[in-house]
Amino acid sequence: MPEEVSMRETYGKTLVELGRENPDIVVLDADLSKSTMTTFFAKEFPERFFDCGIAEQNMIGIAAGLASSGKIPFASTFAVFAPGRCFDQIRVSIASPRLNVKLVVTHGGISVGEDGSSHQAVEDLSLASSLPGFTVIVPADAIETAQAVRAAASNWGPFYIRLARLKTPLVYKDDYHFKLGKAVVMRPGKDVTIIAIGIMVASALEAADNLRKQGIDCRVLNMPTLKPADEAAVIKAAVETGAIVTAEEHLEHGGLGSTVSQIVVKNQPVPMEFVAIKDTYAESGKPAQLLEKYGLTAKDIEQAVRTVLKRK
Amino acid sequence: MPELSDRSKEKGDIIKTKSLSVKEMETVAKRLRRHVITMTGKAGSGHPGGSLSAVEIVTTLYFNLLRHNPEDPNWPDRDRFILSKGHAAPLLYAALAECGYFPVAELSTLRQLGSNLQGHCDSTATVGVEMTAGSLGQGLSFAVGVALAGRLNRQEYRVYVLLGDGECDEGQVWEAAMAASHYKLDNLIAIVDNNGQQIDGWNRDVMNLDPFNKKWQAFGWHVIEVDGHDLTQLLNAFNQAKAVKGQPSVIIAHTIKGKRGQLYGE
Repeated sequence: MPEEVSMRETYGKTLVELGRENPDIVVLDADLSKSTMTTFFAKEFPERFFDCGIAEQNMIGIAAGLASSGKIPFASTFAVFAPGRCFDQIRVSIASPRLNVKLVVTHGGISVGEDGSSHQAVEDLSLASSLPGFTVIVPADAIETAQAVRAAASNWGPFYIRLARLKTPLVYKDDYHFKLGKAVVMRPGKDVTIIAIGIMVASALEAADNLRKQGIDCRVLNMPTLKPADEAAVIKAAVETGAIVTAEEHLEHGGLGSTVSQIVVKNQPVPMEFVAIKDTYAESGKPAQLLEKYGLTAKDIEQAVRTVLKRK
Repeated sequence: MPELSDRSKEKGDIIKTKSLSVKEMETVAKRLRRHVITMTGKAGSGHPGGSLSAVEIVTTLYFNLLRHNPEDPNWPDRDRFILSKGHAAPLLYAALAECGYFPVAELSTLRQLGSNLQGHCDSTATVGVEMTAGSLGQGLSFAVGVALAGRLNRQEYRVYVLLGDGECDEGQVWEAAMAASHYKLDNLIAIVDNNGQQIDGWNRDVMNLDPFNKKWQAFGWHVIEVDGHDLTQLLNAFNQAKAVKGQPSVIIAHTIKGKRGQLYGE
């Protein structure tokens, strides 16, 4: 089993490094700094850290004001509270004026677990992707997280980065080089392509290994930058493998599946299947139980691959 | 006669604008009123009432108090004016044009396709507009961010933010009020255009804000109340607010919606 590392702990440590490198980096939180791990930054740079209390809408506005004055604000809370709790503030105060605010949210998806559906963001990628000018990133592991956060700091414009609550298996090695807007071929393959984001990348790799034993040659593509999507990589997958399965810890509508579908339909229509949460909210439970009940395991991906191949 | 701001001396080589006297500002206020009526009349929409109530407030800021430079709109040390009640955009546009940010003739393009003058303030469209607004309740939070940045950068600019009283129905205003007080932002001055009305009627009937003064005090603000159409009172209030240390100030400016609009045929 690969080593499991916390994305949010990596985020916190990366923020501290960025803070040392650039005095314009400022960090905001909404009373969750010990969970989002912005607390590391708060300890080293108390004058550049603003805990806004339990007031996400205000946090977004303050971040926008700081950005308009030349600062590079990273604002963090749980994925369910941003963009959900403060969508209009993000829309009007950040997206419309295209301000340089970086929203890095943790506890994405249903693997949040026991806290239940109020704390499980399943629509956030749809909301974030809907905002003109926003770059949306869903890292697959801690190594990608560190580099995505650095990319957000060094590239101008509003970013949304969604991290998981749990420690996640490393799918990359230290020599990995994240490229903004580029998908990554994790496994070559010619029969079908599994396109995955976030914690589903590890599951996609597991599914590909199992399917290979059954003689099915799966390409696995990680698409960390959900928006703007790597259209060329998707088209290449459609042309070369003729079938696509997407896998995401999000509702079926408005996330990775929708994004990939649009590219495929427009350029190279091929059969597709979607591993995602159907039109429902989840519930309390252990993360592994929830992923199983709501159809987000390697086995679900394998089943989707077998289904899509029948339509090829 | 109130003491004139010494803004032109503070950054003498950069500031091109000079502080007008009360008498001169009275003339400017008339011009701004006429612009607002003409612009919104031509556009056929555009909230003239909420613009006219704030004419003296905006006149005092742009023509006496603000340290700004229309030839260098992004001058980092400029005082910021943030219009949170973004529907009063016609008034802000009129003031910016009269200051020289763009030609006065451009005012007639308000709300037209392709115009720089959007129906509600858009910082990406109009030179001199600090914040995109229109969805109410967001400007005070933004102003807190701008004030914090000024403190971090050790810049001496002040942040002025204009809210509507009806806008104060929005919970975010009070989140921001709490934060401004928590951070002891004495470089932040809020002005409430207290015209007593919102779209559905009188504030006291739609959603009562009273005791308004005490609400701000309870949130840790230094509160000043003035007649929002009296330039001398406004100047004195701003100068008093500028001297307050360790807490933000709010000027509750009692105004009349549509003030003097009828003089111009409305």
